Amino acid sequence: MTTLANKIQEVFNEPACGKNQAKSEKERKKGCTKQLQPGGAAGGCAFDGAKIALQPLTDVAHLVHGPIACEGNSWDNRGAKSSGSRLYRTSFTTDMNETDIVFGGEKRLFKSIKEVIDKYDPPAVFVYQTCVPAMIGDDVGAVCKAAAEKFGKPVIPVISPGFVGPKNLGNKLAGEALLDHVIGTEEPEYTTPYDINIIGEYNLAGELWQVKPLLDELGIRVLSCISGDGRYHEVASSHRARVAMMCCSTAMINIARKMEERYGIPFFEGSFYGVGDMSDSLRQIARLLIQRGAPDELMERTEALIAREEAKAWASLKAYMPRLAGKKVLLITGGVKSWSVVSALQEVGIEIVGTSIKKSTKEDKERIKEIMGNDAHMIDDLPPRQMYKMLKDAKADIMLSGGRTQFVALKAKMPWLDINQERHYAYAGYAGMVALVNEIDKALSNPVWQQVRRPAPWTETTWEARADAANALEAAQLAESQGPDAERRARRICNCRNVNAGAIEDTVRAHALTTVAQVTERIGAGGGCGGCSERISDILARSSPLPAGAERASQAA
Amino acid sequence: MAKIVTSKKSCTVNSLKMSQPIGGALAFMGLRNAMPLLHGSQGCTSFGLVLFVRHFREAIPLQTTAMSEVATVLGGFDNVEQAIVNIAGRTKPDIIGICSTGVTEIKGDDVEGYIKQIRARHPELDNLALVYVSTPDFKDAFEDGWSKTVAKIVDELVKEPPADMARNSWQVNVLPGSHLTPGDIDELREIFAAFDLEPTFLPDISGSLDGHVPDEFTPTTHGGVSVGEVASMGRAAATIAIGEQMRAAAEAMERKAGVPYVVFDRLTGLAANDEFMAHLSRISGRPVPAKYRRQRSQLVDAMLDGHFFFGGKTIAIGAEPDLLFTLSSFLTEMGCTVAAAVTTTTSPVLARVPAEEVLIGDLEDFEARAAGCDLLLTHSHGRQAAERLGIPLYRVGLPMFDRLGAAHQVSVGYRGTRDLIFQIGNVFMAQGHEPHPDDWRPGHDHSVHGHAPATAH
Repeated sequence: MTTLANKIQEVFNEPACGKNQAKSEKERKKGCTKQLQPGGAAGGCAFDGAKIALQPLTDVAHLVHGPIACEGNSWDNRGAKSSGSRLYRTSFTTDMNETDIVFGGEKRLFKSIKEVIDKYDPPAVFVYQTCVPAMIGDDVGAVCKAAAEKFGKPVIPVISPGFVGPKNLGNKLAGEALLDHVIGTEEPEYTTPYDINIIGEYNLAGELWQVKPLLDELGIRVLSCISGDGRYHEVASSHRARVAMMCCSTAMINIARKMEERYGIPFFEGSFYGVGDMSDSLRQIARLLIQRGAPDELMERTEALIAREEAKAWASLKAYMPRLAGKKVLLITGGVKSWSVVSALQEVGIEIVGTSIKKSTKEDKERIKEIMGNDAHMIDDLPPRQMYKMLKDAKADIMLSGGRTQFVALKAKMPWLDINQERHYAYAGYAGMVALVNEIDKALSNPVWQQVRRPAPWTETTWEARADAANALEAAQLAESQGPDAERRARRICNCRNVNAGAIEDTVRAHALTTVAQVTERIGAGGGCGGCSERISDILARSSPLPAGAERASQAA
Repeated sequence: MAKIVTSKKSCTVNSLKMSQPIGGALAFMGLRNAMPLLHGSQGCTSFGLVLFVRHFREAIPLQTTAMSEVATVLGGFDNVEQAIVNIAGRTKPDIIGICSTGVTEIKGDDVEGYIKQIRARHPELDNLALVYVSTPDFKDAFEDGWSKTVAKIVDELVKEPPADMARNSWQVNVLPGSHLTPGDIDELREIFAAFDLEPTFLPDISGSLDGHVPDEFTPTTHGGVSVGEVASMGRAAATIAIGEQMRAAAEAMERKAGVPYVVFDRLTGLAANDEFMAHLSRISGRPVPAKYRRQRSQLVDAMLDGHFFFGGKTIAIGAEPDLLFTLSSFLTEMGCTVAAAVTTTTSPVLARVPAEEVLIGDLEDFEARAAGCDLLLTHSHGRQAAERLGIPLYRVGLPMFDRLGAAHQVSVGYRGTRDLIFQIGNVFMAQGHEPHPDDWRPGHDHSVHGHAPATAH
């Protein structure tokens, strides 16, 4: 357990993460995991995160060591696609029973590894530790080592039991498993100056395949994609790549950074979503490859390809622009990739409501991510009446969000599109952008919306009219009960500590506070994940300038 | 009849089974304004949540005590207390149903004791019902979790009627097993109403998970049987349990409130429904309504029309015990032979499954035994086996994530049975073998031209 504890500290202390480096030493120790609230938490566990990150490896056997819940309730439920082996969709679990709990599950695990190898002969077995065997002290690392020696095959321990933290931590612990046991253990058959790694792309709905033909055309070889449509041998020999692209900022940053440290593979953070981002990513890949010794002419060919593909994409998108320009999209998601959709939609004249971002610079994107990440949890259990109000207030035509909010949107009779993990359509690259816009168009133009909003013949008022009335009544009651500052009281700034804007403003004024740290000390806001520090800064900036004497007094105190 | 064997493998491959805490959670979802709460790590809840969302295509109320590693080792009192207080404050439920999981069972958290302490510390929660069920993941299966939870709800929430009370002869308790869909429960409600009986379903997922657009809904369940209605179930004249898994709850009801019970092991098939109709007629004192006499006649006609396509077919079924028993019995009655029967957990009903052997195993075992069959019946996870074997799959049970309308698939009553004949019969018909000029040539291997391409239902 101490090694796991160390590992967790290590992934928390991520030098390549700007947010992490901005924290104080003490804050950093606490890690970036939000304090989970019992009875108010949502989202998967660390085991879930590890599985999401590694399951896209297609030719290995993924064996889950735990009781039936961990695998039996969740298997084959993700859309990562394979161009070859389909073994990754076969589910393996030790399904621990009471006897294993009493006598330990190591023997069953060892036998299970043997059965998997005997029957399916995979190039490697990945063994996932879960809470129950972690509690009873099963040494998964030792069993994997013994099995690997006995059966002459890599058996990789993935030590990420659910109770150590959320999904995101699990992504990183999965990355650590690859770094410790897989990457650099084999050699590629040959290498070229055009070899790249793509890190953090899972090939959901086949998105990697929307990009790969373009790379193929440029002669750029994906030595390894970690982990979409990946194969064990490719990941094991990925240390020979010349450059790496990291697709999903938070998930596997540790792999990209450590491969740079260990093997000198430079990386950049990029995205395949949106015409502009796609082109930037291709340019970055070419630029880095040239820096690492590829011929200069690669850039010319890349630019030519970009020009051709952009022209083609714009020609396709143009057909939609008259139909979609000015349409408003409410984008709500905690999904790690979806923020890059923002720039993509703006390109076809769709307006994003709920943020004030006009042109997406890198900092703006960070900001969107911040805003979306925090709001996402808030609407998980929003009643449809309030969802309807939100959409109406925002004058939105369609909502884009993750699967969990689907039914809330649909029951408010609002067009909705899935942009998270479970989605069935591929939205990457130039072709994907056209596909996404096509999906939005399909959703908006569907004739069901007019029909489902029709009142039943026996109802005198529409659902919407009743919702409007109920909302107005509620607002009036709230105003009456709480006085004129109800609105700012209702606006939550710090989700972790549940502190509203009104409380922060009052405290800032009363105690003449000037820094976020002071606010945290006084009323706790900003003391959880730290994600709201920017919004607290905004409040500090907005608060009326203090008389010089007051400021001095506060510093003295 | 059937020999029951347990798979000897160490490694479960392609699980048929799901865990019992989420079976328990689903049972709690059949109560009105309820919030099920899994006492475990957040993943325990999130996996269950995703599973139900994909099956029902509905928002699912399900919360977690979010146990961290440290909390698990130290004991979960604080987490259980916080979770209850938070849920009560945020969503104002009438009941929180708590199921334990593997991690918290290993620690040995005394949740009953916790609830007593929480009651003492939070008098403001006096009107909130709290029911706890022990459902470790490393034992039993989904169906067991459902069964234990309903029995526990009866124990805790049903009120003993006064000794001198005259029972309401029209009031009937109905305890449906986890294999009944919201559509099944709606169908049964209509049947009871036709006999002027007033059924109280426990649990009643027909109000909460039937896929409708509610006018006003809450983060808790927005339909189902209320805590108050459950309390007055003790006044009923009779209890009808559907599925062997509900016997424990029916017994608990009799123990607690003296309500006599009958267990119907299935409500699919002609004879099974004849018995059911006769029973309703008996307890209501009314003749079987004309509507059902007509429906019976339609079922008989469907059996006559359909038997051509069912007779001589071999089938493989992978399902939880009560569903396995229901389907295997019914299909055998239609002329099919059950070549493979795989299930998840033990049950007294397994011995009566019309097959040589019932295996407690997984879908790898199922796939191995199903080769050469005409039809597979299991949940959506059977899709890979169906594809590899080239045999059509008729999806039954939960989860059903790659088809629409899982909640409205009806297979109870005369009408439900009739429609099931049509649906499965159509799959058989679509498999019809087109004759080929070489079919009857001596030495011809039939497997070469085989069947039409497998069209999974």
